[in-house]
Amino acid sequence: MSATPSVGDWQSYVQRLEELAVRSGLSFHPVEFEAVPDSFMMEIAVYGLPVRMPHWSFGVRYIYQLIQRHMGHSRIFEVVFPGNPGHAYLAQSNGIAENVLVTAHVLGHADFSHNNLLFRRCQEQVSEHIVEHAASHARQIQQAIESFGLQRVEAVLDAALALEQHIDIDRRLRRERYPEYLPDSKILVDDEFRRRFAALDPVAAGAFEARKRAPIPPHPERDLLWFIATYAPEMESWERDIFLAVREESFYFYPVFATQIMNEGWASYWHARLLREADFIPQQAYLDAIKCHSDVVRPIAAGEQVALAVNPYHLGFSMWEKIIETGGLEAAREIMQQDDDFSFVRNHLTRELADELGLFRFNARSDGHIKVLDHDLHTLQDSLLAPKYNFGAPSVAVAYLRNDGTLELQHDHATDGRGLDLERGRKVLEYVRQVWRRPVVLRTVDQNGSALELSAA
Amino acid sequence: MSESGEATGALSLEKWYDLFSRGARDWLRHDEKVRESVREQLPQIIAGGDVIDENARTVRVPVRMLEHYHFRLRRAGESQGVGQGEVKPGDVLQDPAADQGSPEKGPGGQDHGDIKLLLEIKIDDIVDWLWEEMQLPNLKARIGPSDSSDWIREGWDRRGPRSRLDRRRSVKELVKRQGSPSARRSPGRNPTFIDEDLRYRQLARRRQPAIHAVVFFLLDVSGSMSDRDRKLAKTFFFWVVQGLRREYRSLETVFVAHTTEAWEFAEPEFFQVTGTGGTVASTGLNKVREIVDARYNPARHNIYLFYASDGDNSVGDHAEARTALLDVAQKACYSGYVEVASGLSRQLATETGRLFGELVSGGQPAGSYVINDFDDVWGAVRHFFASEQAALEAAP
Repeated sequence: MSATPSVGDWQSYVQRLEELAVRSGLSFHPVEFEAVPDSFMMEIAVYGLPVRMPHWSFGVRYIYQLIQRHMGHSRIFEVVFPGNPGHAYLAQSNGIAENVLVTAHVLGHADFSHNNLLFRRCQEQVSEHIVEHAASHARQIQQAIESFGLQRVEAVLDAALALEQHIDIDRRLRRERYPEYLPDSKILVDDEFRRRFAALDPVAAGAFEARKRAPIPPHPERDLLWFIATYAPEMESWERDIFLAVREESFYFYPVFATQIMNEGWASYWHARLLREADFIPQQAYLDAIKCHSDVVRPIAAGEQVALAVNPYHLGFSMWEKIIETGGLEAAREIMQQDDDFSFVRNHLTRELADELGLFRFNARSDGHIKVLDHDLHTLQDSLLAPKYNFGAPSVAVAYLRNDGTLELQHDHATDGRGLDLERGRKVLEYVRQVWRRPVVLRTVDQNGSALELSAA
Repeated sequence: MSESGEATGALSLEKWYDLFSRGARDWLRHDEKVRESVREQLPQIIAGGDVIDENARTVRVPVRMLEHYHFRLRRAGESQGVGQGEVKPGDVLQDPAADQGSPEKGPGGQDHGDIKLLLEIKIDDIVDWLWEEMQLPNLKARIGPSDSSDWIREGWDRRGPRSRLDRRRSVKELVKRQGSPSARRSPGRNPTFIDEDLRYRQLARRRQPAIHAVVFFLLDVSGSMSDRDRKLAKTFFFWVVQGLRREYRSLETVFVAHTTEAWEFAEPEFFQVTGTGGTVASTGLNKVREIVDARYNPARHNIYLFYASDGDNSVGDHAEARTALLDVAQKACYSGYVEVASGLSRQLATETGRLFGELVSGGQPAGSYVINDFDDVWGAVRHFFASEQAALEAAP
């Protein structure tokens, strides 16, 4: 290789890549790039945010990540956080070519998060400063630990983080309490008799029109974090704050989770395209970057014949290429704005593409026996999306709040197809009971499909 | 492609995140929690007969990482996933029946349960936890009248042997008499001590209370005791020694094994001993009695006896064993009988079991416990120390 490009070059590339991206029709908030040590990259991957609340469960993930890295499995080039400005962290160990690629990739993400409706809706509510918010949550929790002790704060976090997937993305981040009374069912007849009756005794007339209290919740409530923070009988305000902090972060994580195939595919498409068009990049750096690109978007275990998983980068990238090839860039941008993974896969994973990619459905028995089932497009789509429904968690909702304060949860086993893991379910109820401070029960089904009630009292 | 680590490293040095690792902090907290949870599983740790070896100060305990629980669906017998590659419906991609080889990860694999940590825990810590767990106040040592005495330093006098001259004190006396040596104007002259200046340390005789303890471990090594039986007994003895060591500054242990004869052993050999032939408990008990009479005055020593046997005493030995046991039991603070009966549980309906039963009903501080399995060791430790406590409370 001739002259090794220096950092200065990379930074000048950032600007020129940005200009190129804008010319290609991408629109995004400015992005702040920062090169950070690998250890910090790893922590971002573990916590999901650069600064996040302390909890021992992150320590467990951290160790697994460390082991994975030791075994050479995972290498993280870049992590990007949407916002205004966006924050992109690049690994210091990236070579210059990798950094060029990663920069283009980050611009693809920035375009996606700035234009995709789901991202925009969540960012409108969480604000465009999630990185700063999460840091302030971490500080707030640190203060709580100092004031109330680690044990108490940990008990609250055990419960809140156990329920982190249980939010209702279709409702707003800031919600009002339920109306206290049922909608006025006042008799609208306004006849002579009622007027004279009211004049006779105003108090009795009022009683006659007494409103009925609404049940709590008025409908099955999927946002367990909000419900508990709002209706727990004896929760302290700092405890509620922790619940709401975790919930806010979940609102931020949801679009990242629910558009992963689209988002990674879109960023991969754009880094490939921007690199192709960036004539200012030296030949060698370009070749290195393209090699890096093909490593990222290749199918899992490409060397072998068959893989039992699908690389979302590869799937998304292939789908976008096909869409742009057949429908043009304008159509693709419209899809990018309006879809999430559910509609994206259902509408745009075509028969031809599935065949091209060699996608198949398999059945794995618990004894390790694995058999190919079929290539049927609709079941393929279902199986790809199945782990993504409901933030990847079982559908559990608050069903009823009993008079004695008991919290009744209902697992929608009909939708999920089977009952809950009872041991884990019980443990989660114990976490929740610590903050709810009244009995908590959960209805699900056992392996024979007969109703079962778990409880923590 | 060159690694440009040096070049990019210059971009951000000394950032806040270089200062500490949040991942490591949360991992340490996990570690603490693991230790707490290990503490809750003490019976299983104690039960692990393999973890104990002489002179060991730590025990290694394999633990699983803690799981932060979430709602999860019950594991289904079968699951479907999407893969990629050239295959036909009906192809079998993996068949554990056919190839026993590399168990590949299933779809969405990476089960977090498969990594185990090996925690090293100090035996002292375990014993601390045990004592807390059992909520035993410190056992009251029997502080008997004692003929042992010791010289202790006490006060000063003007006369005494040269070896006990207290120089500091003597200089003080000199200064009191003459004034400070440096204050005087005659540097040439050394300060002169006279006899009145000299002070000698004095000694006084003090009687020492008896806070010594001796534990007799009497083990039946006759042919009917299997290796496993002896290992059970060994595990039990180990924890008893650990427990008693905490209570007594000086704890002596005496190991006696018997078949139809009895011998005293040093600790390392004791657990290796195998014998053949029948069981005559009185030989062992008489040996203990001999040793007590020869070396340990019951007035000065807290004597404990723990006897481990499978309970099959020879029929003709009943009367003699009874006399020997009664005699030892009267001198001892506590006599415990552990029936190691791996396999069959006879609930102390044995010859030796009945002997100890008589002791208990006779009001002596004694107790019996059956150990069938390593899980019972914990119960035995708890049983003996709790009843020791009860016995102490009953007889103030």
